[in-house]
Amino acid sequence: MGKRVLVIEDEPNIIEAIKFFLSRDGWEVFTHSNGHDALEAVDRRAPDLLILDVMLPGRSGYEILRELRAQERWAKLPVLILTARGQTKDREMAAAAGASRFMTKPFSNTDILEAVRELAEA
Amino acid sequence: MNTVNLLILVCTVYVALLFLVAFVAERSAMRGRGRWLRSPMVYTLSLSIYCTAWTFYGAVGYAARSGLEYITIYLGPTIVMIGWWWVLRKLVRVGRAQRVTSIADLISARFGKSNLLAVGVTILAVVGTTPYIALQLQSVTLSFASFADAVGQPGPGDGARASTALWVAMGLALFTVLFGTRNLDANERHHGVVMAIAVEAVVKLVALLAVGVFVVWGLSGGVNETLARIDASKIGNWQMDGGRWAALTFLSAAACLCLPRMFQVMVVENADEAHLRTASWAFPGYLLLMSLFVVPIAVMGLERLPEGANPDLFVLTLPLAEGQTALAIFSFLGGFSSATSMVIVAALALATMVSNHMVMPLWLRWTGGRASVSGDVRHVVLLSRRISIAGVVALGYVYYRTTGGGAALASIGLVSFAGVAQVLPVMIGGLYWRGATRLGALAGLSVGFGLWGYALFLPSLGGGIMPQDILANGPLGIAWLRPQALFGIEGLDPLVHAVLWSLLLNALTFFTVSLATFPTPLERLQGAQFVNVLNQAGSARSWSAGAAQAEDLMVMAQRILGAPEAQAFFEQEAERQSGRAVRPGALPEPNPDFLQRLERELSGSVGAATAHAMVAQIVGGASVSVRELLAVADETAQMIEYSDRLEAQSKELAATAAKLREANDKLTRLSVQKDAFLSQISHELRTPMTSIRAFSEILRDTADVSPEEQRKYSSIIHDESVRLTRLLDDLLDLSVLENGQVNLNIRQGDLREALDKAVSAAAAEGDAGLRVLREDAAAPIRLETDFDRLGQVFINLIANARKYCDAAAPELRITTRPLSDGQVQVDFVDNGSGIPLEARDLIFEKFARASPQRAGGAGLGLSICRQIMERLGGAVDYLPSERNAHFRVTLPATAAAARPARGKPKLTN
Repeated sequence: MGKRVLVIEDEPNIIEAIKFFLSRDGWEVFTHSNGHDALEAVDRRAPDLLILDVMLPGRSGYEILRELRAQERWAKLPVLILTARGQTKDREMAAAAGASRFMTKPFSNTDILEAVRELAEA
Repeated sequence: MNTVNLLILVCTVYVALLFLVAFVAERSAMRGRGRWLRSPMVYTLSLSIYCTAWTFYGAVGYAARSGLEYITIYLGPTIVMIGWWWVLRKLVRVGRAQRVTSIADLISARFGKSNLLAVGVTILAVVGTTPYIALQLQSVTLSFASFADAVGQPGPGDGARASTALWVAMGLALFTVLFGTRNLDANERHHGVVMAIAVEAVVKLVALLAVGVFVVWGLSGGVNETLARIDASKIGNWQMDGGRWAALTFLSAAACLCLPRMFQVMVVENADEAHLRTASWAFPGYLLLMSLFVVPIAVMGLERLPEGANPDLFVLTLPLAEGQTALAIFSFLGGFSSATSMVIVAALALATMVSNHMVMPLWLRWTGGRASVSGDVRHVVLLSRRISIAGVVALGYVYYRTTGGGAALASIGLVSFAGVAQVLPVMIGGLYWRGATRLGALAGLSVGFGLWGYALFLPSLGGGIMPQDILANGPLGIAWLRPQALFGIEGLDPLVHAVLWSLLLNALTFFTVSLATFPTPLERLQGAQFVNVLNQAGSARSWSAGAAQAEDLMVMAQRILGAPEAQAFFEQEAERQSGRAVRPGALPEPNPDFLQRLERELSGSVGAATAHAMVAQIVGGASVSVRELLAVADETAQMIEYSDRLEAQSKELAATAAKLREANDKLTRLSVQKDAFLSQISHELRTPMTSIRAFSEILRDTADVSPEEQRKYSSIIHDESVRLTRLLDDLLDLSVLENGQVNLNIRQGDLREALDKAVSAAAAEGDAGLRVLREDAAAPIRLETDFDRLGQVFINLIANARKYCDAAAPELRITTRPLSDGQVQVDFVDNGSGIPLEARDLIFEKFARASPQRAGGAGLGLSICRQIMERLGGAVDYLPSERNAHFRVTLPATAAAARPARGKPKLTN
């Protein structure tokens, strides 16, 4: 059984695409599509890696990330922030919230794949 | 050489010496080196003209007759100098500020420059002073005769006596003319005269002290013996008459202020206000020394000299009787000095008044103002002044000849004092009471002068002038009008009686008439200047020395020019004056040349009039004329106007700045909004692009994609491309609508048909899960509008219902209704749960999505709808019903019925 990755993203097509190439790389992919109960989803799925969108219905990705980092259990969880907003300001906010990686949409599938691999090995 | 000739020689030498002193002083003053002439000591000594021959000889006689009462004559001025110092200071300040030339001028100036008043005071002064001048002539003659008698030389007969008086009178007139009218100084200062008087003051004091010392130590044998003799004499048993004592003290105090000659030396000749400070202690000191030996001389005179000897001449006859010729000559010189100095100054003062207030006005009237050339007037003034001096002295001489000089010296002096004292109420009132008026002053003076003449002066002349009958029974037998018992008050000393009534009624009349009359504008102005002179002039500091003046100028200049500039200017001026380099901080001599330059320098900053006024204030201590004040006011007004304009401009600037700030804030807000909008657009564009890229990479890079997956992924790419295109279309549409660049295609049509088209178009776009129910108005509704745009709105609303209606079997009810005001209403009500309360305000904003569900729209639809409806003259609103989403479109049936476009969404029920 491969490692578990949770993708929190509200755009179904993007979820589908990520699920496609990550599962082919041997990941067990779970998805969640809103911010409201994102923390519960993390607790339930207990992923080895989290891919997190920022503009989510209900709560922002940064908010979710900050609360995750506050929990000892998820303090070291590798988290890849994936957002359509790529300004410096957003990058800084991601870092401040405790993101392990920051990538902007649209992305290259191989880049995501490499980033996920690196985060998993680290 | 016999003793009388020696005396004449000594006198001649002495007179020549006085001429020399006056000449030298005048020359020094002319050359501007007269600082020593203006010393406080000279000023104090010049005040000693208060001590005339009456005080020199008469005090001893007074003491011999009336005991210590003579002290009142010294007490009055002492009280004035020490206790009334503030009155003096104000008097001097006013005198200098108004360039007053005499006491008549002062009173006239105070009450609106009334010449009538000046004439009145002049007459009063002449009448009051003439006997006094006669008295001086008499004392000289008398003392000369006594001297001649005592040394056993042939005494001059009556004719010789008269000629002595004549010679003396002529000599004094000559001296006064020579040194009193050398030039027409604007401020009437006579350095030569003052200097000569100061010398005479010293001579008379030393002479009297010499006689006193001789009497006490030479004759009496020491202080204790003298005191014992005094106790033994009748002076020792003298009883004080309180009323008389007070009246005399008051009189002499008043005289000190009002006597024309005192006013001349105290106010007119005053070079510096600060001199008063010295005089206030030095002059009482002088008087004290003058009175020190009066009683011993009187006592010794009574004791040693034969019964019947004139006590008024003890000062002279006592040394003579004891064989002390030299001392006697010295004593004679003292008396001579007292007499001459008084006559000179009195003649000068009176002549100024007579000339200025009587001769000149008459002459000007006579010539009809033809003499407009100043040199001409100057010549006339000098001539009239000279004639006046001669006239005044001649008057005194004639008076002396007429009365024969019988009355005791002291009594003439007191009558004279009481006469001039009548000016006191008006003078003090004028200085301290702004309500005093010209008519009040005239009335008060007339009453006082009249009463004095009636109750004191005329009776004092003896029975020849006033019939004994009137004195005893009153005029026409009216008892209460008896001159020495007015209003039935008897038993008073005649002097006290006269002083009491005349001054009391004088002051009362002055006061009541002043209250009852109104001052003219000029009187008001002058009154204010007199009463407020101390405030106007600022500090009462003295500028006695040139250095102090320069320093004050420097201080002022620094305030106006700035310290470094002022310092540089002053140093440069000092350098110019000395002709060589000066040390830093050196001050120039404040000479006219420098002052002019300073004024020019200052006028650059404060205006010419102000500069002149400021410099004049410091240098002259002089007043600023009304015209100068007006000029200053003008300048000030200009500056105020200028600063007002500046203020208005700065207000305008502030307003402009505020507007700019507002505009800037608006721009900043817009910029923030624009950033947010762009950021939104970026997000909305990136999302479909992300899917497109991701799936195209999958299709490109993955070998084993199943055909089914291939189809699915291709259609995702297709759908997202369509979404992207629609988003771009919407953005462009919105941009065009918002900029108002949209071209409407207005045509006639039917609402029902438009809705039919929209419903079928919406159905074509997605799955047909939504049931559309129609409730059309009975009659067809004709519209005149842009049907393409309206259809766009309808499609959007129907599509929204399909996307967001959360009912199990979604339904949309479309109702049309024509309104009475030419409007048409179309309601879109679904059966879902409606839009959450907190989102209702947002749905018409760009990129706002009420629903969390991904519905494919960019969130621009309702924004576009609102823009379109506004362009069509209608509106689209969300109606908050209890449940269900309820949109209402309102639009005018015809273009003519269009409402003005609304700027903001308005929720109506």
